Amino acid sequence: MNTPRELKYAKTHEWVKEEDGLYVIGITDYAQDALGSLVFVNLPELDDEFEAGDAFCDVESVKAVSDVMTPITGRVVEVNEALLDAPELLNEDPYGAWIAKFEGEIEEDLLDAEEYEEFCENEAE
Amino acid sequence: MDKKTVLYDEHVKLGAKMVPFGGFIMPVQYSDIIGEHKCVRTQVGLFDVSHMGEVTMQGPDALANLNHLLTNDFTNMPDGRVRYSPMCNENGGVVDDLLVYKKGEGDYLIVVNASNKDKDYEWMKAHVFGDVELVDISESVAQIAVQGPDAKKLMLKLTKEENLPVKYYWFIDHCDVDGIECLISQTGYTGEFGYELYCAAEKGPELWNKLLAAGEEFGVKPCGLGARDTLRLEAAMPLYGHEMDDDVTPLETGLDFAVKMGKEEFIGKQGMLDRGTPAIGRIGIKVTGRGIVREHMDVVADGRVIGHTTSGTVLPYVGGAHAMALLEKEFAVPGKPVTVLVRGREVACETEALPFYKREK
Repeated sequence: MNTPRELKYAKTHEWVKEEDGLYVIGITDYAQDALGSLVFVNLPELDDEFEAGDAFCDVESVKAVSDVMTPITGRVVEVNEALLDAPELLNEDPYGAWIAKFEGEIEEDLLDAEEYEEFCENEAE
Repeated sequence: MDKKTVLYDEHVKLGAKMVPFGGFIMPVQYSDIIGEHKCVRTQVGLFDVSHMGEVTMQGPDALANLNHLLTNDFTNMPDGRVRYSPMCNENGGVVDDLLVYKKGEGDYLIVVNASNKDKDYEWMKAHVFGDVELVDISESVAQIAVQGPDAKKLMLKLTKEENLPVKYYWFIDHCDVDGIECLISQTGYTGEFGYELYCAAEKGPELWNKLLAAGEEFGVKPCGLGARDTLRLEAAMPLYGHEMDDDVTPLETGLDFAVKMGKEEFIGKQGMLDRGTPAIGRIGIKVTGRGIVREHMDVVADGRVIGHTTSGTVLPYVGGAHAMALLEKEFAVPGKPVTVLVRGREVACETEALPFYKREK
C-alpha cells in the first residue's frame, strides 16, 4: 500500500493536500484497491458547499456505488474533469488523480501517513 | 452463519475477495470483475457454483409431479437433456427458476438457486403427490462451471470428446474427468459457450485445481460472482429476486418460452389466466446521459413512473451502462426515451432490445 508522507488522511479513506491556500482531495490507494475497478465518477459542481464529513462525490465500480467524503467545510473551487472520461485514473494513480479542490476550513483530527497505515491495518483485521 | 463451499480454501489461496451470498461465503472476484468477465467472453473462466442447490426427484410419478410443479412441459423429454423452468405459486408469481436434468424414466435432478434452496425444497415437498421421492443432495455435490470459447479445448485435456455434450442443454453422466467422476452438461449462466460439471463434494478441490492447471495454456481465470452477474446481465438472463419474484409472473418477465399454457394443469396456471394479458414487459435500457443505472430504480416517462429497473451496471464486454427493466407494456419496446432516477438525479436513457450480447455461433 502506497501512503505518501506529505499528505493528511481521513478515516473514510480520502487524502488531502494543501496547495496554494486550497485543499486538494482524492481517494487513497487503500480505497481504490478495496473498491475495485472504477467505471464512473459523479463529481460535485463548482461552488457547491459542504460541511466536513459530507459526501461530496460518488464513485462507482461495476458492483457498487461509494460515497467520497470531504474533510473540509467549505466550497468547491475546481473539479478534475479528466475523471469524467477516465475514472480508471483513480485506480491507476490515486494520489495524482485528485477529485476536487476546496477552499475552507480543514477538519482538525485527520491522520498522518503513519497513523493512517496503522488504521488500515486494523480495519483489515 | 454463512456456509462455505468445499472450494473455500482454494478461493482464499487464490486471493479472492469473499462476500456473503445466498447463505454462503463466496468469491465475488479474484483479480477484477472486468478482466474476469472479458476472459469468459474471449478465452475461458472457471466458476465455483457449488452453492447452487441440487434436489433429486425419483419415482414412477416423478414426471407427473414435474408437470404439476413447474410451468414447462417435461413430457417427451429424452434422457440426457436439461430443461429450464420457472416454478410458480398459485398466483402465478415465481417461487424460483431452475434446471431439470432427466437421467432416465422417473429419475430427475433439479438444480435451484442457492438462496432459494430451502424454500424450494419445502415447496416441492408440500406439493408432491403419489409415488415420488425428493432428496436434497446439495451438501454432497460440488459444481464448477467452465465457460468461454476455449472451454472445449480445456476439457479435452482432461476427458474424452465423447464425454462432452454436443448440444446446448444436453448432458452426459458418469464421465471420467482425469480420474474424477462427473456429470457434464452444456449449460451455463454467462451467455457464452461452456459446460457445468457436477462431482462428489469431496472431489471438488481436486477437480478445480485440475481444471485450473489444464486451462493455463488458454489463459483461464478463476471468476467470481461479480463477473457471473455481469455476464448473465449482458446475456439478459433473468435472476430471481431481480427480474422475477413472488409477484412477477414468468409471462410478465418474458419467459413465455418456458410456460406451457397448453398443459392441462400446473401450479400458477389459473393465477396467470386470472391476471390476463401481462400489463408489463421486460426490456433493456441504455444510458444515453451520464451515470450508471442499477437495480430497483424508478423509470419515468410522460411525467409518471412507468416501471423500475431490475438489474444494471456497466457491461464490461459490450461497453456502456445498461439495465434491464420491467415497464408498462407500451414502453417495453426498443427506442423509447425514458428517464431513470439515480439517487435523486435524472439520468437520460432509451429502451433497447434484449439481449445486450449474443454470442456468434
